[in-house]
Amino acid sequence: MTHRPYTPWLFLLPGLAVCLMFTIFPFLNMIVLAFTDASALGGGQFTGVDNFVRMAQDPKFWLAARNSLLYMIGVVPPLVLLPLLIAMLAQKVVPGIGIFRTAFFTPVIASAVVVGLIWTWLLDSRGLVNSVVEALGGTRIPFLTDSTLLLVSSMVVTVWRGLGYYMVIYLAALANVPKDLHEAAMVDGAGPVRRFWSVTVPALRPTMVLIAALSAVNGFRVFSEIYLLSGGTGGPGGAGTTMVMLIQSVGRGLTGEVGYASALSFVLFVILLGLLLITLKLNRREDQL
Amino acid sequence: MKPAHYKLALRYLGLLSILAISIGPFLWQFATSIKGPGEDVFVPDFIPDDPTFGNYAAVAEVVPVWTFALNSLGVAGVNVITNCLGAAMAGYALARLKFKGRRFAAVIFASSILVPFEAILISLFLVMRGLGLTNTLTGVVLPGSIAALNVLLLRNAFLALPAEVEEAAVIDGANAWQRFTRLALPSVKGTLVVVALFSFMFSWDDFLWPLVVLSDQQKYTLTIGLAYLQGTFVQNQRLVAAGTIIAVLPLILLFLLLQKHFFRGVGEGAIKG
Repeated sequence: MTHRPYTPWLFLLPGLAVCLMFTIFPFLNMIVLAFTDASALGGGQFTGVDNFVRMAQDPKFWLAARNSLLYMIGVVPPLVLLPLLIAMLAQKVVPGIGIFRTAFFTPVIASAVVVGLIWTWLLDSRGLVNSVVEALGGTRIPFLTDSTLLLVSSMVVTVWRGLGYYMVIYLAALANVPKDLHEAAMVDGAGPVRRFWSVTVPALRPTMVLIAALSAVNGFRVFSEIYLLSGGTGGPGGAGTTMVMLIQSVGRGLTGEVGYASALSFVLFVILLGLLLITLKLNRREDQL
Repeated sequence: MKPAHYKLALRYLGLLSILAISIGPFLWQFATSIKGPGEDVFVPDFIPDDPTFGNYAAVAEVVPVWTFALNSLGVAGVNVITNCLGAAMAGYALARLKFKGRRFAAVIFASSILVPFEAILISLFLVMRGLGLTNTLTGVVLPGSIAALNVLLLRNAFLALPAEVEEAAVIDGANAWQRFTRLALPSVKGTLVVVALFSFMFSWDDFLWPLVVLSDQQKYTLTIGLAYLQGTFVQNQRLVAAGTIIAVLPLILLFLLLQKHFFRGVGEGAIKG
């Protein structure tokens, strides 16, 4: 032994304490609370699956679940495809490429709040985008006041903010695509489009699956973008509310229904875990091929 | 034109349009923030007729934006220190010390990565209330103060170090803490920089948790302060724009200074996936 038996635990103490107190315990407590009618003031009786029965009959839950799901479905394809195209554009080392790559990454470091406020202003009924629309002879588009357009606008913001992040992941992956594959395909007379589909895409499939999973999980968890673009309301009549917004509004404050909010959180957790397991399965199948 | 030139021109055209899409919105926000009260902010004009920094002073008169900035800086600064030190200590124990229960400790860190923050939001608020830390900056810092992901990142960094140097130090009579601070920590500087950067950025950008845990305006961080500013003063877009620039400029400068570490962090994060 090169150390006393308790020494490792002294090293681990701060990290373990934070992990147990602020992640593991709240997680277990959330599962327990999901089966009670606990309120913000405390207490709460065990009520079995009442919260889940209520949820099944709660139109707000179905609306929020639908919105989160739509959001996820809406952002995944552009976030898998567009950053790949940008990465291919930025992959070749040409003069000034460093400046371009750095600039493309800038939206990633800005907070969701900053990005949300910038786009709220851009998409304002009299904002820059609508000025361009009008100049082109169109009529103003209610990007932020129509509940469907609000969701679509938020997706655009999420995609815009994700482009640079996933581009960097693709750049790393592209660097590992063997060059001779491209050369062989060229010798065989394959054009650039053909080479993209039969050389680049197959070589990048694991990365694409990873990015699909990351953006799906993040898409389902959406909160800040919609919250800011709608000024905290979730759109007209709350029609753009998502799962996390619902959890936050149900569980928060003195009137917070902690039990019901926990049940909603539990459902959110199960869905996100499900997404993760599907990805792992896809990745495993990938390995076998 | 030769085909090669033609191709290169096309590539630059593509790069420039993506550049406009990435940077344009920031420039528009900056342009709005320096437009004087006499200028119509709705006119799509990127270069103001009479640029002024008056809005930056004016925004501080309607909300305590510099207090918000100090709060954010304090929270982010503490977050960097606790993450670098706490995660390095735990990572070192997991990688370099042999003891009963090591596997168990590693499982706890690994499983807490799987818990999405949004799912424990309400429950975590109850914990903070139990500790009497709601509406305090301590309450904002604590949950992310030692992230499990950072513990595992640093564990991997320590595992990659050769064991011989430390074995020699053991023979020389160095205890575990001395080996940690004098030998191991200086050798993982690269990973520490990545952990520090991402801790700072994560903390500076965090919105949902401060929104839930803070209620007193004097304690607001910049992100929720800005959301509040937008809710209250949306009629004067110049002020909101000035506030967003105050919030984003420090990060952009930090990023320009240390960009290669940012890119490395993203790469490593992806490999971990």
